[in-house]
Amino acid sequence: MFNLQALDLARMQFAFTISFHIIFPAITLGLAGYLAVLEGLWLKTRNDTYRDLYHFWSKIFAVNFGMGVVSGLVMAYQFGTNWSRFSDFAGPITGTLLTYEVLTAFFLEAGFLGVMLFGWNRVGRGLHFFSTIMVSLGTLISTFWILASNSWMQTPQGFEIVNGQMIPVDWLAVIFNPSFPYRLMHMATAAFVATAFFVGSSAAWHLLRGKDNPAIRTMLSMAMWMALIVAPIQAVIGDFHGLNTLKHQPAKIAAIEGHWENHGNEPTPLILFGLPDMKAEKTRFAVEIPYLGSLILTHSLDKQVSALKSFAPEDRPNSTIIFWSFRVMAGLGMLMILTGLWSLWLRKRGTLYSNRAFLYLALWMGPSGLIAILAGWFTTEIGRQPWVVYGLMRTADASSGHSVTQMSITLALFVVVYFSLFSVGLGYMMRLVRKGPKTNEGAEPSHGGPGQQRTPARPLSAADDNGEGEYSHSLNKEI
Amino acid sequence: MGIDLPLIWAVIIIFGIMMYVVMDGFDLGIGILFPFIKGKSDRDVMMNTVAPVWDGNETWLVLGGAALFGAFPLAYSVVLSALYLPLILMLIGLIFRGVAFEFRFKAKDAKRHIWDKAFIGGSLVATFFQGVALGAFIDGIQVVNRQYAGGGLDWLTPFSLFCGVALIVAYALLGCTWLIMKTEGKLQEQMHNLARPLALVLLAVIGIVSIWTPMTHPEIAARWFTLPNLFWFLPVPLLVLVTLYGLIRAVARNAHYTPFLLTLVLIFLGYSGLGISLWPNIVPPSISIWDAASPPQSQGFLLVGALFIIPFILGYTFWSYYVFRGKVTHEDGYH
Repeated sequence: MFNLQALDLARMQFAFTISFHIIFPAITLGLAGYLAVLEGLWLKTRNDTYRDLYHFWSKIFAVNFGMGVVSGLVMAYQFGTNWSRFSDFAGPITGTLLTYEVLTAFFLEAGFLGVMLFGWNRVGRGLHFFSTIMVSLGTLISTFWILASNSWMQTPQGFEIVNGQMIPVDWLAVIFNPSFPYRLMHMATAAFVATAFFVGSSAAWHLLRGKDNPAIRTMLSMAMWMALIVAPIQAVIGDFHGLNTLKHQPAKIAAIEGHWENHGNEPTPLILFGLPDMKAEKTRFAVEIPYLGSLILTHSLDKQVSALKSFAPEDRPNSTIIFWSFRVMAGLGMLMILTGLWSLWLRKRGTLYSNRAFLYLALWMGPSGLIAILAGWFTTEIGRQPWVVYGLMRTADASSGHSVTQMSITLALFVVVYFSLFSVGLGYMMRLVRKGPKTNEGAEPSHGGPGQQRTPARPLSAADDNGEGEYSHSLNKEI
Repeated sequence: MGIDLPLIWAVIIIFGIMMYVVMDGFDLGIGILFPFIKGKSDRDVMMNTVAPVWDGNETWLVLGGAALFGAFPLAYSVVLSALYLPLILMLIGLIFRGVAFEFRFKAKDAKRHIWDKAFIGGSLVATFFQGVALGAFIDGIQVVNRQYAGGGLDWLTPFSLFCGVALIVAYALLGCTWLIMKTEGKLQEQMHNLARPLALVLLAVIGIVSIWTPMTHPEIAARWFTLPNLFWFLPVPLLVLVTLYGLIRAVARNAHYTPFLLTLVLIFLGYSGLGISLWPNIVPPSISIWDAASPPQSQGFLLVGALFIIPFILGYTFWSYYVFRGKVTHEDGYH
């Protein structure tokens, strides 16, 4: 039908499973940070709004984290099952970095997650806060290692190749490879911004329905401060990341820009829109702005950017896709910045929580961060093609020797299972969001005190508004 | 040469997989035992005994995969490709049961049964295919030019399927004795009644695997049944018998902790038996840990971190179990 080869199916499977996966750790990273801030603010100010928000978001965090764990487990095995030649070749480096991720991050997250989610009444406040911070730290460390590994595949250094296998010679050079600092900053910031828009969207949903209370307002306010301050910072980081890519992977930039050839000494224009055609080697229907390409990419008005035609056809990434995925990412980024600016204007006028047009925008911007993250990853990963380790190993030489039948069966299985399970999971997350924060969740039990041995998870009958058991227990029954 | 890095890494990975088998074993076992317990409230308790720790338990499986990738990339790439379908099915089983932990408590009453089934089915499928993968691994993997050279269904043999069933029994016993330790009242009594029959079935499957393996693998038979090896290894089967006897006695006198601890011993012995059969091959029948090792630059770099970090991991893992120690009751709403 489509005449797909086993390699295409393996690539589709990897793209599919990792695209689903990345959504969860991105939210995990953002929410873990948010939860640590909320708990810290509660401990500092004793304003119970923060504690209520902590409990509200920790339930959503729990569902999201579970999905991240199980979809991540698949990733840890997929390198070997589907990409055995890559694993054998690059395992001494990428496998080592992945193991460091497990040792320093995954165990830290998992070890403290139980106490963070279920230990509110079992340990003292300080220890609970410490657990939240450890989980949050774990998510950051995890980001560090996995992006070191990915960046090394983009801009490899610090190795030599002996008998067809990578031998690391300088680990600092491997980890702190040229694209790593930019990619790490860009992704970590993206996760925080994406989560902020998710949180802001939840608040807007409630405000639009007339559910206005201090907790909801705090959510919107914190989210919009993030949008105002961090979204522009992200644009600057993205700009540096782009310059770095131009230096190390010029073919990727040429494909992103749909830029096929340089004429004489003419500065590179910026193609706003168009349809890059890989066969015809040109970008159709291009709307160009002269000089702007040179200005953005070289920060000058005369320097040229390398063009796609200067690379052999078999070394060119697919411009049709990444021209657009990049524009989706950048466009959403611009919208986020505008949302932040508008929020500041409304905040000054005192109508942040009541301007319906703005609240609708905030609502619809909810998934914008996650879509931008996916679009950004599509850009950088498809832009790395045809290489799996840039300049060293082609993707076509990296796969295992599975048959088309096997690959089709497993791909179909993953598609069915992921769509059915994870859409239900996202549904549960949305349902929790719609419940909204409750007041006085996790208030002190009548006995025990900070740092004291408490009676194990006694029902918080005094504190709970409906007299049922511990917080999420009572929630389950309501849902 | 000084330090035998591949040897140390083999020990670390063996330790990691052992931790996984023990820890995820009892929590998979709880899923396997779910069908025996009908009440929602009892099922809540069963799940709550592992809700705070299951994620940490599963992390040992990720460590097993990742450490193999880093320290023995050849083994990682060959074994995982050879066991492609059983491993993918195992992962999908783990996905179903993993999401069930959260989803089950978030679902409406009318929908909860779906997640109960996902938990049961996922646990069974994951365990079964883990066992199948193990059986196929023992059977050996054909390698040419550092790549898997067998067919897509080579793993499918009567022996590997039997290993799948055997692992279900082993994990069920782990889950059962874990629940004896962590619960009370009627649920504990039900587990109590299950423990003896499960232990006897486990004895039977251990016996069958122990006979079947050397019968079909002459090199493994030679390992066990030549002198003086026989005397060195004889304690393993003898200790299995003694432990099982102790386990059944402990169940009979209504002990709460001993059955679980003795089951751990049993699993450890079975695992040692496997190690004796295969050592030092990391891809049976012929690739040793030294053949498959990544360069010392990788193993050494990794070892520095591992030796420093693993004690911390064990420390806070133990702490987390300590925080959630004691019996889990119907009033405990972790969820």
